[in-house]
Amino acid sequence: MTTETADNGVNVQHLLEARQALTEARDAAQFTWKATNEWLNGTHSRSSVDSYHGLGAEHQHRSTFSFEADHPLVFGAEDNAATPVELVLAGLASCLTAGVAAVAQNREIQLRSVKATLEGSMDILGILGGDPDVRNGFNDVKVSYDIDADATAEEIRALVAQSQKRSAVYDIITNPTNVTVEVN
Amino acid sequence: MKTATVVVGAGHSGLAVSRRLTERSIDHVVIERGEVANSWRTQRWDSLRLLTPNWQSRLPGHAYGDNGSGDPDGYMSMPEVVGFMSDYARLIDAPICTGTTVASVRSRGAGYIVDTDRGRWECDTVVLASGGFNVAKIPELGGAPPEGIASLSAFEYRNPDRLAPGGVLVVGASATGVQIADEVHRSGRPVTVAVGEHVRMPRLYRGRDVLWWMERSGLFDERYDEVDDVVRVRRTPSPQLVGTPQRVTLDLNALTDQGVRLVGRLAALRGSEALLSGSLANKCELADLKQGRLLDTFDEWAESSGLDEVGPPERFAPIRVPPSPPLKLDLARGEISTIIWATGFKPDYSWLDVPVLDHKGQIRHDGGVVTESPGLYVIGLNFLRRRKSSFICGAADDSRDLVSHLAGHLDSLVPA
Repeated sequence: MTTETADNGVNVQHLLEARQALTEARDAAQFTWKATNEWLNGTHSRSSVDSYHGLGAEHQHRSTFSFEADHPLVFGAEDNAATPVELVLAGLASCLTAGVAAVAQNREIQLRSVKATLEGSMDILGILGGDPDVRNGFNDVKVSYDIDADATAEEIRALVAQSQKRSAVYDIITNPTNVTVEVN
Repeated sequence: MKTATVVVGAGHSGLAVSRRLTERSIDHVVIERGEVANSWRTQRWDSLRLLTPNWQSRLPGHAYGDNGSGDPDGYMSMPEVVGFMSDYARLIDAPICTGTTVASVRSRGAGYIVDTDRGRWECDTVVLASGGFNVAKIPELGGAPPEGIASLSAFEYRNPDRLAPGGVLVVGASATGVQIADEVHRSGRPVTVAVGEHVRMPRLYRGRDVLWWMERSGLFDERYDEVDDVVRVRRTPSPQLVGTPQRVTLDLNALTDQGVRLVGRLAALRGSEALLSGSLANKCELADLKQGRLLDTFDEWAESSGLDEVGPPERFAPIRVPPSPPLKLDLARGEISTIIWATGFKPDYSWLDVPVLDHKGQIRHDGGVVTESPGLYVIGLNFLRRRKSSFICGAADDSRDLVSHLAGHLDSLVPA
């Protein structure tokens, strides 16, 4: 079912070479990802991403990327942009989909279309402080993929499973992380 | 004392190497800190049986049932394993120094110095056959279990009666974890298993032992230099198998059927809380898919080889993942009284003073040949040369290959 000439636009060779090189150069594998954020008004703010550290050096993105976030009208806000938790869903989706493409390339599976639908369920009494037993975050995140590819149904399920296994955002969401917030 | 080869460890690997050396009339000594099969005597829980069926217990010049007794499809208990290996040691007349602990192995000139608590050996070559499973690997979780919770590794576990009453958290769901979880739950102590990556296998497939399929289909003989990613396959956890007279399958569904609770991988200990990963569904999906691919491989081999001595192809129900497994356990609440770490094992090279370990403390080798230090060999590790390398039957082929290399090395030392 697979084709020898699958091209999903992922440079798998580059990734495999990087893995080989970084296994022997552990320091270069230490990356720091960065973002800045500035309050605009109300619950509306803008985050910017322009550089990251890795391979022993500072790197600039090709341009500065910005992401706005706000709260919705039902919260009495202006709904100028997606909510932060929706950006988290977007981050998870992008990470998993990138993984699906990379794994498919490595397995020489040609993708034709990959679509994901995400739902994060939440009891908002948590963030409103209305019930101390309710957590702030998602109770549950559901991701549903529709994938058209030159592969069997099992091979497609294996792509999605392997993508989760190697996904940074999936790991960030499913496992605890120490977070330190300081005020300068 | 001088000899050509010092073999460290008189388990199945060391004994197989000794037999191969004797076949070639290479002078050697096998140094053993305890008795023959020491780890099998002292570091295993009471009820453990081998994962491999008896017929598969073959060493060079010796096989289970050579005396015509026993059940070839059974699985040896630990006393039987010790008996099997002791018989083998006598049969091959292995030159073993028991009760001798190696203090250091270091190189000198073209050879090695092996210092023990009973004297020094000077030799040309050393074979490390001390095993890959000497020390329990316990993950760094950012904290320790709270006071009052007993915490023991699989090496320390003996039987459920020695545990305190109350709930038990078994960390890990590979062969060790599922076997201990099964036994402890049967003792009446409620068991929770924290499930990370694991390898699911049925005990029997199409009426045959799954390891019969592994061997006959050629998968067991797959070589380390033929696989895509040898680092990954060497890290693959042991399959969820158990050797019982009933030849039962012990997968996560079997545990769930008994009432064992499945939760996600143990991700962190914070204060009195054990934090669990939300990845349980994917860990089970990965294992289900991997099992499916393995069975596909068996079926394709059976078809292409015209096999007719087996039953029809089977597929097993997916692992039932609880809909909302908990993300934390409060260890101070009294629900859990014991944590058992079934999180893997690693070799102990604390006495190896030859700089051949990587940053993770694993020995760098090419199929057991420690190329950075000519004359040094290692045997008995996961996928050392073949998929079966860490099994008893793997020692037969690996010892032949490595002793052949070693003999060539000794020949090269002889002045022209």
